[in-house]
Amino acid sequence: MKTLIIAEHNQHDLKADTLVTLGAAQQLGQPIDVFIAGHDIGQLGQDAASVGGIDQVLTWDHEALAMSFSETLAPVIANLRSQYSHILLASSSFGKDLAPRIAALCGVNAVSDVIDIISANQYKRPIYAGNAIATVQNNAACQVLTIRTSAFSAPSHEPAASPAHIQALSIELPDMSVRFVEQTLSESSRPELNSADIIVSGGRAVGSEANFSLIYDFADKLGAAVGASRAAVDAGYIGNDLQVGQTGKVVAPSVYIAIGISGAIQHLAGMKDSKVIVAINNDPEAPIFSVADYGLVADLFEAVPAMTAHL
Amino acid sequence: MTNHPLKVIVAVKRVIDYNVKVRVKADRSDVDLSNTKMSMNPFCEIAVEEAVRLKEAGLVGEIVVVSIGPKSCQEQIRSALALGADRGLQVECDTPVSPLDVANILHKIQQEENADIFLLGKQSIDADNNQTGQMLAALLDFPQATCASRVKIEHNKAIVTREVDGGLLTVEMSLPAVITTDLRLNEPRFAALPKIMQAKRKPLAVKTLADLAIELTTDIELISVDSPTQRQAGVILSSVDELMSTLRNDPNVQMPKHDKEA
Ligand SMILES: Cc1cc2nc3c(=O)[nH]c(=O)nc-3n(C[C@H](O)[C@H](O)[C@H](O)COP(=O)(O)OP(=O)(O)OC[C@H]3O[C@@H](n4cnc5c(N)ncnc54)[C@H](O)[C@@H]3O)c2cc1C
Repeated sequence: MKTLIIAEHNQHDLKADTLVTLGAAQQLGQPIDVFIAGHDIGQLGQDAASVGGIDQVLTWDHEALAMSFSETLAPVIANLRSQYSHILLASSSFGKDLAPRIAALCGVNAVSDVIDIISANQYKRPIYAGNAIATVQNNAACQVLTIRTSAFSAPSHEPAASPAHIQALSIELPDMSVRFVEQTLSESSRPELNSADIIVSGGRAVGSEANFSLIYDFADKLGAAVGASRAAVDAGYIGNDLQVGQTGKVVAPSVYIAIGISGAIQHLAGMKDSKVIVAINNDPEAPIFSVADYGLVADLFEAVPAMTAHL
Repeated sequence: MTNHPLKVIVAVKRVIDYNVKVRVKADRSDVDLSNTKMSMNPFCEIAVEEAVRLKEAGLVGEIVVVSIGPKSCQEQIRSALALGADRGLQVECDTPVSPLDVANILHKIQQEENADIFLLGKQSIDADNNQTGQMLAALLDFPQATCASRVKIEHNKAIVTREVDGGLLTVEMSLPAVITTDLRLNEPRFAALPKIMQAKRKPLAVKTLADLAIELTTDIELISVDSPTQRQAGVILSSVDELMSTLRNDPNVQMPKHDKEA
């Protein structure tokens, strides 16, 4: 049997998450096909075909797919299920929206947020905000999985010697019940949260949107990505896409620097697999110190500028 | 304007309270929830609140709250009734249910209820699956908007702003539809005592899986549950200088080259 990966892209490039999902899929040890839907994706299909480790690239190119909705994609992907034992997506907002819709149409449950592939049907996944790790066995004929990308890496091998076969699907477009209205994407020249080597995160204690410049200045000197706690996002200091935690992004950089963040279990769920954790908090009892490798009990408004000046 | 008052079904789950850290059983068979404080899943609470706000705005006529579980989950149904839902339905089930089970059950309920909107939490904080709403939408062939941070209902359409990886995405869906809630959609109110008293008199029906002709899925088996590897607390450093030089000397940390050091 084969594995199918549902690719995610911005019409020009495959997302890093998709390559990491490919890395995870290779652990299943069977041929891998990649499904790409979008508009004007000829070049994207060719790029995917030359990634290496891919058997076949299935493309579905249609002008109405410039914005791909799960409602449109799920039935098409579910119809391919007889050829695949595994359908894999990244646990991104795209993957989380789509995977269960595919699974339900296949009449199966999905396994969300796989962090370890033990065998072709046994997986580990975090539950209870990562305070417990479940080992589950999936007995479905077609297994739908989402991959937590912070737990896997992209394949390291050479690009394909000869490109994978590209198969263009021609499928009639169903009526669409969802219409795109608008999109506000945060523009940033900083590294992305899920691929950054260093992340500097600010919490409620940063106090305002303007004060976040302290965090940005420090992060920029470090070449780091910026993250935040839910409290900082809720207060409007920073965008929702930068929330780290159980219900935000899950990250595992080499270094995570938590500034003015108490360390609630929901926040820890998103960062406790970082290699080195640094915490700066003026409360020596803050729970964040119990997971930090290095702690500094200090007022962030003094410590952060001083650290920036060190760089 | 909409020509008929909309009906909303909100599904709520009884879960461990979000402030409580779960323990794993010694035999690794599962987590231990005995003597643990239980509450309504926070995302479900947000879904109830949103439904109540839509009703207060005159857009919704009736809110039906459904919970699937043992008798104890009636407590969460009563909380939702106290917040403003109109009637409750418990689907009696003493064993754990999977996301597809919940979707199958709600699908069956819809055949009788004909709701216009399903409002569900985006995930429950116990299993953290984030699947049920999408599955229900698939079974009903309804459009879906997950991780909603803003919901507007007009002209029999839902305009929903979703929290997505890169920022925010707004979509318009025709009703009926499924919406799952994210944290920033609203801040749930506390139920006032008189409302809690009133809620005791609101109708709460009970159905069994047999009544709904539901068979539970068996495709995912729980093999074992472990505690995650615990991190050791590290060292507390005395100054910014000490912290920065410690970081520079940690082989796991790649600090940028800095110009001031000799
Ligand atoms: C269902 C659910 C899901 C959630 N998901 C997430 C999630 O994904 N991510 C997330 O982060 N949270 C999440 N939360 C919220 C979480 O429970 C906490 O409320 C939140 O993480 C707190 O943010 P904080 O640490 O910034 O704020 P606080 O807890 O208020 O901590 C602020 C910290 O700053 C310190 N401080 C104050 N002044 C200074 C100063 N001058 N210098 C240095 N330190 C200072 C204080 O000592 C304190 O420790 C969730 C909650 C729920 C219920």
